[in-house]
Amino acid sequence: MELTDLLDIAAKERQARPPHLIRCCTAAGCLSAGSAAVLDRLRGAVHDEGLTERVGVAAVGCMRLCCQGPLVRVDSPVASSGTEGVGMKEELYQRVTPDDAGSIVGGFNGGTVTANKGDLNSAFFQLQSSVILENSGRVEPERIETYIAAEGYQSLHRVLRNFTPAQVVEEITRSGLRGRGGAAYPTGVKWATVAKNPGEKKYVVCNADEGDPGAFMNRSVLESDPHRVLEGMAIAGYAIGANQGYIYVRGEYPLAVQRLHTAIAQAGRLGLLGSHIFSSPFDFRIDLRTGAGAFVCGEETALMASIMGQRGTPTPRPPYPAEHGLWGMPTLLNNVETYANVPTIIRRGADWFASIGTEKNKGTKVFCLTGKVVNTGLVEVPLGTPLRKIVHDIGGGAPDGGTIKAVQTGGPSGGCIPAELFDTPVEYDSLARLGSIMGSGGMIVLDDKNNMVDVARYFMQFCMDESCGKCVPCRAGTVQLHRLLTRILEGRAGAEDVQQLEALCDMVKHTSLCGLGQAAPNPTLSTLRFFRHEYEALLKPGSPAQRMGLPLVAPVSANRPR
Amino acid sequence: MKAFVGEPRGRKKTAALPISNGDPRFEQLEIAMKRYQFRQDALIEVLHAAQKLFGFLDAPTLHFVAHRLKLPPSRVHGVATFYHLFTLTPRGRHTCVVCTGTACYVKSADALLNAVSRAAGIEDGQTTADGELTLRTVRCLEPCGIAPVAVLDGIVKGRETPESLLEQVKGWLPRGTDGSA
Ligand SMILES: Cc1cc2nc3c(=O)[nH]c(=O)nc-3n(C[C@H](O)[C@H](O)[C@H](O)COP(=O)(O)O)c2cc1C
Ligand code: SF4
Ligand code: FES
Ligand code: FES
Repeated sequence: MELTDLLDIAAKERQARPPHLIRCCTAAGCLSAGSAAVLDRLRGAVHDEGLTERVGVAAVGCMRLCCQGPLVRVDSPVASSGTEGVGMKEELYQRVTPDDAGSIVGGFNGGTVTANKGDLNSAFFQLQSSVILENSGRVEPERIETYIAAEGYQSLHRVLRNFTPAQVVEEITRSGLRGRGGAAYPTGVKWATVAKNPGEKKYVVCNADEGDPGAFMNRSVLESDPHRVLEGMAIAGYAIGANQGYIYVRGEYPLAVQRLHTAIAQAGRLGLLGSHIFSSPFDFRIDLRTGAGAFVCGEETALMASIMGQRGTPTPRPPYPAEHGLWGMPTLLNNVETYANVPTIIRRGADWFASIGTEKNKGTKVFCLTGKVVNTGLVEVPLGTPLRKIVHDIGGGAPDGGTIKAVQTGGPSGGCIPAELFDTPVEYDSLARLGSIMGSGGMIVLDDKNNMVDVARYFMQFCMDESCGKCVPCRAGTVQLHRLLTRILEGRAGAEDVQQLEALCDMVKHTSLCGLGQAAPNPTLSTLRFFRHEYEALLKPGSPAQRMGLPLVAPVSANRPR
Repeated sequence: MKAFVGEPRGRKKTAALPISNGDPRFEQLEIAMKRYQFRQDALIEVLHAAQKLFGFLDAPTLHFVAHRLKLPPSRVHGVATFYHLFTLTPRGRHTCVVCTGTACYVKSADALLNAVSRAAGIEDGQTTADGELTLRTVRCLEPCGIAPVAVLDGIVKGRETPESLLEQVKGWLPRGTDGSA
């Protein structure tokens, strides 16, 4: 494979494309809403109506507005007045049924389209950016040709031909990219560390464990545009001197696993992965490892243990994976979205990337907006965008006349941000100042019907269930915290229980071995900080004895027979 | 410490085990292991394959895997019990999985769980005595956009209410119970 071959594939793919294109979402969200049948019907109808020359049907990935799935988009060329070129008219259809699909195709032969029209000019679409999701909903995840037609794998070619490994690291450093997995560590610095650590073999690992329940940004990238992640990993491999990559995918994501398998096989067949990529001396292979349902395996040391076929229990750091990772070798570990940024940074340059976002938070971030909000789905915006814009403008505010009370960010390790603070720019540091984290990008909107103590207990139960049990503060502490929260919720607690809750939170936070335990108190602490009144409303006055209806002065124990 | 005394170290004790018992699924499992070149670090992938074939992981299966990958059975058992997706007990003919991820939680997933649990007389993770229905929970199944979500025999259902869910599992409930209980 040479650059000319790559460009050839791209040109062929573009030529073969009929002028009109119907795109049907086949990511997990829409599939569960029945998009497979819609796709079948679209293909069947195009054939039956004799439109195969004029109309193509593409099985694409997520188009962001998942709550209205199955989504279908139709692109038609229109002769634009004045200029010579042709413009594209885009139409969106939502909650499409198989019968609607028939009518959409019938529309090309003059029939009336009965499907529900969506609004591509709405704030939901207009206020979003497209960097990580630029191909999502456009390329066909199961056909590498469509990724190549979207300039795919050209960045890999570019670094292999024109960059030394050190220059790649330099470019990533200059872009200001920070890890998207939660800790926001500067990616370039991490790459430089692994590159300089000696080791006879090195590894590139992609963390696709995405354990935050209720968030699916990474899954969406893997299902919609898997080659972008493969290309990013290969570039990373070249930069740090690794020939082997692993993707650790959550076991609950069978579709992502299947699409990755397909993508790896297709890239291998074209020589874009494997030996002597683009006739250079660089070899790079990628293997998949499937998780088996353990949140703690998102933690890097636990993840590596799991890749090596062991129980996923964390180990103390240092040593960091960068020096002592898989099989004791220097290992680069990044999140899916971190790698997904890399091909674009190489293609458009570090300066372009650094021009997006804020001073210390460059680029865009994909959020998964769910909960009590009108538009749920994927949202990509520059870092530093105010929360209000995401929740109210893009998200469309609360449904059914409810009142939004808070947004939970960062999942079980994060916190709740009250509606009064929605002018906060969404950045790593500003969220941390509010006692929350950006995490991997989960954003769950809560309204006045959600009790914040219950929310705190929900996350505590999650951490309790997911604690690996290796260290006591987390194993036993989360159980006690959960008990205390339950007591408060059931109206059996007094002021002293809240004090104990706070003291115990502090202890668990500071003495746990890994991030799971250290962050487990966050949802509780942040709700205590901003919604203390909800706790207090549940407390009973008086001492514990009074609350249990015992006499104020307990019988003196000396009176009791020994 | 006692557990380690006389623990079968790989081959000896397990040598006479499986494969010969005529179940073709062991051969399929063998093929799956071969695909990973019997690498010990592929243990989790192999257990996934085994669970797909058998539906659950029982002692003979775990022993077989330990034997073929030349791993101590304690290690295989340890891994199989660590991860939530592996189950060591058989499942019912039908499964109802209720998502309890955050997006579903804020849309009252617990009402779905309670409704099925009460109607079937089983808790999360249990199977009805007649072996018809297993009730499970999982934290986020992906389609959070259509929360709350349940999965009935592998088919994802969104925007469920307790009533709509009970209507669908009615046929799998033990005799004498129904949704109205
Ligand atoms: C309990 C726990 C769970 C985690 N889960 C994830 C996860 O699901 N995905 C992820 O990318 N990082 C997760 N992390 C963070 C990783 O340990 C690691 O910092 C990250 O993958 C590094 O990649 P990055 O530099 O690209 O962000 C988790 C950390 C902890 C402590
Ligand atoms: S903090 Fe919790 S999850 Fe982390 S090692 Fe300790 S027990 Fe395990
Ligand atoms: S899954 Fe179809 S739009 Fe997101
Ligand atoms: S939280 Fe239930 S599907 Fe994501």
